[in-house]
Amino acid sequence: MTDLILSNYNYWVYVVLIMIGFYGMMAKNNLMKKLIGMNIFQWSIILFYISIGAKKGGTIPVVDPSLHPAIRALDYVNPLPHVLMLTAIVVGVATTGIALTLLILIYRKYGTLEEDEILEALKK
Amino acid sequence: MMLHFPVLLVVVPLVMSFFIFVFGLFQRRICFPLTLVTLAACLLFAGGSFWTVLSTGQPVHYHLGAWAPPWGIEYVVDHLNGLVLVGLAIVALLAAIYAKTMVEREIPVAKHAPFYALYMLQATGLFGMTVTGDMFNLYVLLEIASFSAYALIGMGEGAAPFAAFRYMIFGTLGACAYLLGVGYLYIITGSLNMADLQQILTPLYQSQVVSVGFAFLLVGTGVKMAYFPVHTWLPDSYTLAPSSVSVLLAPLFTKVGAYVLIRILFTVFDPSFSTTLLPATQVLGWIAVAGILFSSIMALAQTDLKRMLCYLIVTEIGYIGIGVASGNRLGLTGSIFHILNDMFMMAGLFMTAGAIQAHFRTRKTDEFAGLHRKMPVTSAVLVIAGLSVIGVPPTCGFFSKWYLLLGTIQAEQWVFMGTLLLGSLLNAILFFRIFERSYFEPRPDPPHLGREPGTRFERAAMSELVPMILTAAFIILLGLFSGYIVQYSIAYAVPKGF
Repeated sequence: MTDLILSNYNYWVYVVLIMIGFYGMMAKNNLMKKLIGMNIFQWSIILFYISIGAKKGGTIPVVDPSLHPAIRALDYVNPLPHVLMLTAIVVGVATTGIALTLLILIYRKYGTLEEDEILEALKK
Repeated sequence: MMLHFPVLLVVVPLVMSFFIFVFGLFQRRICFPLTLVTLAACLLFAGGSFWTVLSTGQPVHYHLGAWAPPWGIEYVVDHLNGLVLVGLAIVALLAAIYAKTMVEREIPVAKHAPFYALYMLQATGLFGMTVTGDMFNLYVLLEIASFSAYALIGMGEGAAPFAAFRYMIFGTLGACAYLLGVGYLYIITGSLNMADLQQILTPLYQSQVVSVGFAFLLVGTGVKMAYFPVHTWLPDSYTLAPSSVSVLLAPLFTKVGAYVLIRILFTVFDPSFSTTLLPATQVLGWIAVAGILFSSIMALAQTDLKRMLCYLIVTEIGYIGIGVASGNRLGLTGSIFHILNDMFMMAGLFMTAGAIQAHFRTRKTDEFAGLHRKMPVTSAVLVIAGLSVIGVPPTCGFFSKWYLLLGTIQAEQWVFMGTLLLGSLLNAILFFRIFERSYFEPRPDPPHLGREPGTRFERAAMSELVPMILTAAFIILLGLFSGYIVQYSIAYAVPKGF
């Protein structure tokens, strides 16, 4: 059991992080904390993708025939998931930007970021 | 030139959103014409691609940067998404025309340029999601569409920023679930291309990784299309959004989500997998039953017209789910046809809701007495679109519901059939209540109009009436020509294996 955890520790970290993020998004009352939870959620998925592409003992995926006459796929890290995550990082940054803008608007209007206080103000 | 139509559909609005923003900083008046021209060009691209598909009977494949799939990104137009694309382009164009006066009324002058830039970005995302044949590309375009939706909704009245933030939390959860699903499928197949995935996945259907990926994909798409238990973001955000925004988002976004669901269930995965091996369609069907009943009753309880329409969207998504759950040719024909019809029905309804709010100064259905006298065209469009939602014969809503009903009968799913009928009945109660108030309530002058000095009744502008009338005309024309649409397009769009 410990072997299973230790050999794939990056996946376990991903699972733990995604749970922390999910808890933050769902259970926290402060909207800023919700946003932080959302960010943790997104970054954990990036860790997941990076783990897919990584290989133990693998090198950068630039093929040089003079160094490696026979190309073995096992020697090279898979670059595609990493490239995909560049896009996902941009998406994450954009999300955070829009969310912060909305939070500023909300704060200006209600003077608070606590969800229950905003709901209270909306009922009036 | 014709060759490049699929990619131009995404690239042109994307580039134009940048130019509209920059030009708009100097000359505000240029934004609207540029938006209109771009969307008209998109209609040309969508129509051109669809015409090629119809005339040759073959899907159009476009390889970005001439990289052959599965390595490069591929854009595909076939009978299924060609139809959706043309519907999208028409409704987006009509919504843009309608938005002209609404924007001037609702959005501060300084924000017109960013508004139209976001509008274009929204169109980019919706067209892209429909045209792409690559799973990850779909995620990126889904997020482009979602971001512009969050920002556009945030411009609305009252608590709109709060509603947009809640929508964002939910939407990001959905998008992340979708991304995880793509990741799991990538682990086991090493491919992102939809057609390629189907071939590689077929021998792997027993694998747990595939099941997990499939589940994540369905949850993610479900959130984005407002499928019943995860629809909670929709009513608030679409109600509080500006009318010019809700008229674009409400008809289109959820329908594109429904299209993506059908793609995942029946193109990425084989119909045999989705219906029998892992009976996801059955589960979706039973959830849809609960969703239709819940949201129909919630719609009945609303006094705000726009909020009522928002619950109606959830109901309509439920109908599409029931067609998918029937798991046969007739049911799926109904679902695909309903995606197209619902775009026009919801566009018509949200256009009338916006116009009534702007000119009749109320959204409360209790205060609609005398509406038809003040706004005859608007209330006529409301009646046509409403009858179509109920499913009264000459309108298109009848025909898609007819196919859905035949599908449930063929599948011998009597509960699904009963829900369809009951849902239509509840919709009928809903709309006839409004019709009665606006046409037959014996009160000559609406009490809230003209009471305050200086508030004169202002007639709806031509740019609002023309798109409304055209939408109503489309609702009837789609009904009259439903035979042709089913025969020449949807018959080929239903996936192989049915």
